[in-house]
Amino acid sequence: MKNLISLSAASLLALSALTGASGAAETAAAHHEIVRQPWSFAGFKGQFDRAQLQRGFQVYKEVCAACHGLKRVYFRNLAEPGGPVFPEEAVRELAASWPNQIPEMNDQGEIAGKGGELFKRPAKLSDPILGPYLNDRQARAAQNGALPPDLSVIAKARGVHREVHWAIHPFLMLGDILQGYQEGGPDYLYALLTGYTEPPADVTVGEGMSFNTAFPGHQLAMPPPLSDGSITYQDGTKPTVDNYARDVSAFLAWAADPSLDQRKRIGWVVMLYLLVTTVLLYFGKRRIWSKLH
Amino acid sequence: MSGHSSSYEPTSRWGKWWDERLPIMRMMHGQFVEFPTPRNLNYLWTFGGILMLCLVAQIVTGVVLAMHYQPSDVAAFDAIEHIRRNVNYGWMIRNFHAVGASMFFIAVYIHIFRGLYYGSYKAPREILWILGVVILLLMMATAFMGYVLPWGQMSFWGATVITNLFSALDTVWSGLGTAIVEWLWGGYSVSGVTLNRFFSLHYLLPFVLTGVVILHVWALHITGQNNPDGLDLKQPSDSVPMHPYATAKDFVGMFAFLILFAWFVFFLPDYLGHPDNYTEANPLVTPPHIVPEWYFLPFYAILRAFTGSFLGIPLGGFAKLMGVIAMFGSILVLVFAPWLDTSRVRSAKYRPIFKWAFWVFAFTCLALGYLGSLPAEGVYVFWAQIFTVIYFAFFLIAMPIIGLIETPKPLPRSITDAVLGSGAAAKA
Repeated sequence: MKNLISLSAASLLALSALTGASGAAETAAAHHEIVRQPWSFAGFKGQFDRAQLQRGFQVYKEVCAACHGLKRVYFRNLAEPGGPVFPEEAVRELAASWPNQIPEMNDQGEIAGKGGELFKRPAKLSDPILGPYLNDRQARAAQNGALPPDLSVIAKARGVHREVHWAIHPFLMLGDILQGYQEGGPDYLYALLTGYTEPPADVTVGEGMSFNTAFPGHQLAMPPPLSDGSITYQDGTKPTVDNYARDVSAFLAWAADPSLDQRKRIGWVVMLYLLVTTVLLYFGKRRIWSKLH
Repeated sequence: MSGHSSSYEPTSRWGKWWDERLPIMRMMHGQFVEFPTPRNLNYLWTFGGILMLCLVAQIVTGVVLAMHYQPSDVAAFDAIEHIRRNVNYGWMIRNFHAVGASMFFIAVYIHIFRGLYYGSYKAPREILWILGVVILLLMMATAFMGYVLPWGQMSFWGATVITNLFSALDTVWSGLGTAIVEWLWGGYSVSGVTLNRFFSLHYLLPFVLTGVVILHVWALHITGQNNPDGLDLKQPSDSVPMHPYATAKDFVGMFAFLILFAWFVFFLPDYLGHPDNYTEANPLVTPPHIVPEWYFLPFYAILRAFTGSFLGIPLGGFAKLMGVIAMFGSILVLVFAPWLDTSRVRSAKYRPIFKWAFWVFAFTCLALGYLGSLPAEGVYVFWAQIFTVIYFAFFLIAMPIIGLIETPKPLPRSITDAVLGSGAAAKA
């Protein structure tokens, strides 16, 4: 028994060594540093760019929404301050025409008709922005087994992992803290959306998969969603994949953190108050203690 | 110091009426206004007050969050998003609470390291110190269960890994560990049942903690505070009344600490967490790399340092049990510090060799924290084992031996001398 355990441990070790080695080869083949982008909402000073959020929503609506829901964001949020701030009337119309309607009981308390199809009604301002699928199973059935995740918090649920020397690590950490760097999620999303390339010669991409430099493992079920010119912007911004990716990543950053603008604005006042009070308290303390010396 | 009499004299009829029935104002006046505090305390001594602030902030924000939270496996994740998005200023309260847990640990670690450096654990403050260790353990249990409540991927898998530690007891008595783990879970895996009981305990433990904090403060007021010179109060000029002297300093410390606190709350609310916790818990998908919150990383590194072998010593089937014992032992060893340290001098200021040992130990804790954040493989395991040995060596070898071989620097005759220079005592 003991031999068996040590044997299995040894094989596990060998396996991990192997996978480690192949992982290294893979990253060497397609090494792609996820670059920090100059987001308008970056750091402790940044705020969302309303026009960018509007464009980003357009990208979401015309491309992403075909597969991905945004169920924790409500239509009303699109008209609220700190976000894209579309006119309320426009959002109301958008909700009413949103293809993915809200399941609702009928007057008899039934949720579905005789054929099993759910009763639905058009969305209102107070409703969530639903994706096309009723549940994960339906999504997988439609997507060849892959599950398009809901995008409400995707910008918070992803991050960028940096491989740095241990001695540099604390300084980089300190730098991030002082800058207020929290944009790993959008950095990753941008890198993902612009990261579709031809696979290196030694990599075989699975059936139905696409090669992506930013995605962990590099093989992703989502085909490249964006192409130059596929969306027409109203404000004259160039219709490039780069701009689409940037705008929709910013939009998703807002979707995941709709209070960011307010949070930072309150933060500045709080910091100012605390700094001034700390200084005053310090001089007060010195004055009190000066009697002792 | 508890014998320290209070000069409180009620002036109003109402005050006199109270004082004859429940002299709480007399006690507060004696213990928190006139209470003699050493005049040489530095800003590291403000962390007691800072910790009190952290505790109160966590309870207040926690009570409000509990009004909007739902401890169920289907609703918990949504409840957090509901708080972040729909509750008025919910994002702020939630950030205060989540960041507050980290701030609490930053403060408590500074507080503990201060105690180690200045010898605050030594006689006559052993009980005070041990109560502190109890507080640390309660904090850890509370924080661990709190991290499970958002029901994200790290919540779920962290809970799975940590509760599974008890299954190591199976090697002591077959079936014992499994029985304990299933009892903790309320089932055969971490589930909504586990979440519900963790929520109950997460609400309960802070009040138990508050009770132990009261004992901690009580014990402090019996022995009086230690100080950077590690000297006892000998004469009136060695101390100043707590108010306004220590309180004025405490407020400076508290507000300076709040700057750090607010920086994270408003500008980096998710920096100290893990992105995976924004993905709803999924028992079928294991995250590639399970890590606990930063404040558990050194202990996690010690746990994982015990692989099939430890620095070449084969551990066989006992590896996990050894890891678990070492992890809990790394905290429990603190309890014995008062007796492991053989030096009669308290403050490392006057202990040339111990001072070095202390800084090596501090570096060791940081190194273990860093290693705990990395995967347990290859060279990282080796270094985790080395630093685990140094961690325990500090308590079990350095503390007893240095006390015996070290020649301490001459101590000032009194705190007054230490502050004003010798000979000044007469003037003061």
